[in-house]
Amino acid sequence: MFGFLGMTYEFKWSVLWAQPHLTWLIDALLTTLRLASISWCIAVLLGIVFGAMRTVPFRPIRAIATFYVEFFRNVPLLVWLFFWYFGAPEVFPEVIRQWFIRHGIEFWSGVAAVSVYHGARLAEVIRAGIQAIPKTQLEAGLSSGLSVVETYRLIIIPIALRLIVPPATNESLNLLKNTSLAMTIGVSELTFAARQIETYSAKPVEALTAAAMIYLGLCLLISSTMNWIEGKFAIPGLIARGARAEH
Amino acid sequence: MNFDWGAIAANAKFLLVQGLLGFGVYGGGTLRLAIPAILLGFLVGIILGLARLAQRPWIHYPAVVYIEFIRGVPLVIVIFYFWFLVPVLIGRPVPEYWVALTAFVIFEGAYIGEIIRAGIQSVAKGQVDAATAAGLNYAQTMIHVILPQAVRNMIPSLVTQFIVLFKDTSLASIIGMMDLTKAAQTVSEREIKPFEMYLFIAVVYWCFTYSMSRFAQWLEVRMSPEKSS
Repeated sequence: MFGFLGMTYEFKWSVLWAQPHLTWLIDALLTTLRLASISWCIAVLLGIVFGAMRTVPFRPIRAIATFYVEFFRNVPLLVWLFFWYFGAPEVFPEVIRQWFIRHGIEFWSGVAAVSVYHGARLAEVIRAGIQAIPKTQLEAGLSSGLSVVETYRLIIIPIALRLIVPPATNESLNLLKNTSLAMTIGVSELTFAARQIETYSAKPVEALTAAAMIYLGLCLLISSTMNWIEGKFAIPGLIARGARAEH
Repeated sequence: MNFDWGAIAANAKFLLVQGLLGFGVYGGGTLRLAIPAILLGFLVGIILGLARLAQRPWIHYPAVVYIEFIRGVPLVIVIFYFWFLVPVLIGRPVPEYWVALTAFVIFEGAYIGEIIRAGIQSVAKGQVDAATAAGLNYAQTMIHVILPQAVRNMIPSLVTQFIVLFKDTSLASIIGMMDLTKAAQTVSEREIKPFEMYLFIAVVYWCFTYSMSRFAQWLEVRMSPEKSS
């Protein structure tokens, strides 16, 4: 029990493993992971494409990428969620809209919003990584007979990927945490389940703590894994371990 | 579909005056939340950043736990915590504005604290030794030697964090505070013009965040030691 100024709050942690609450939490965790991993894959793809495009010595391509990055990362994710869920489906023809409605439009709007928003943020991380590579590497690649695409694929991107592990991990954790906003459009992910348990049991602190602990555990798991990866794939002599780039 | 400019024109006043500035019957307002949240969050951040660097374990470890806990949890969860906890703690209902402000200060303080810590640690260690050798005490060393250099190093990250905070204020709409996002939600439900409304507020948010990021770039160039020396 916990009281303050005459109000009391009775803790009852057992609401978390009482059915159906436990099933909700587990299903919600799976939804969160599914939402986060699908969005992450698309975001990484967008980030690599647009991040690389921002460094290409051809102005129109750079301009397109700059527009994408600056517009999407500077608007709150919540606004994008509402836009993709309420606004964007209007634009599509009826057939496509019906297909989306049958296949869980909340989830896919969530995927669209999270991946496009974080794709723009990841593009910035990747651009910084590419620009940290000396220009001579590109020139050396071109002069040894590789095409621009080959130079990027074989030299620039493999090095840049290693340079960006710390900031990209940070960004991936932000993506994971930001999937919680998908509750606002009705995706039954972790935060949504916490609210649902709270509504059914009137035990907000327990339900929110459970969700918070799951997020915290996931974040710790990811950051320690990425630390290990960073150490394993570090290029000797290029990246000093421990000297991390600030985002 | 046809893009309905009229719907935007008809509701722009409500969205900007009520939603953005917070003048009107509902209270709230994106700027009225963001500006105090930035100032107070900065204050909490300085305290946390210095606490994390403190030698004494009973100051250091609480700061570490606080920062790491907050950084591992989504902002929505923190907002909901305060939404449910604050009324229990003080024994009466609290307006959404104050719940949101408390949650933002507590949440952003942790992130700003990390920036402050990194900024202070970026100053070369020899500077502290030199200041000590010159007879300055801890406070004098901090104020006259370390902080002026540290602040210069942290300005870009700080402005980035302020941009993030500004965007994060949109989450206050989840607990029902009438900010720009909530205002757009209200209007689009009435007018059934979600595409126009959300695109419009996206542009409004963009104008603020983009000009802040340009300001950060300008500041970074202006404050770089290569230029000033």
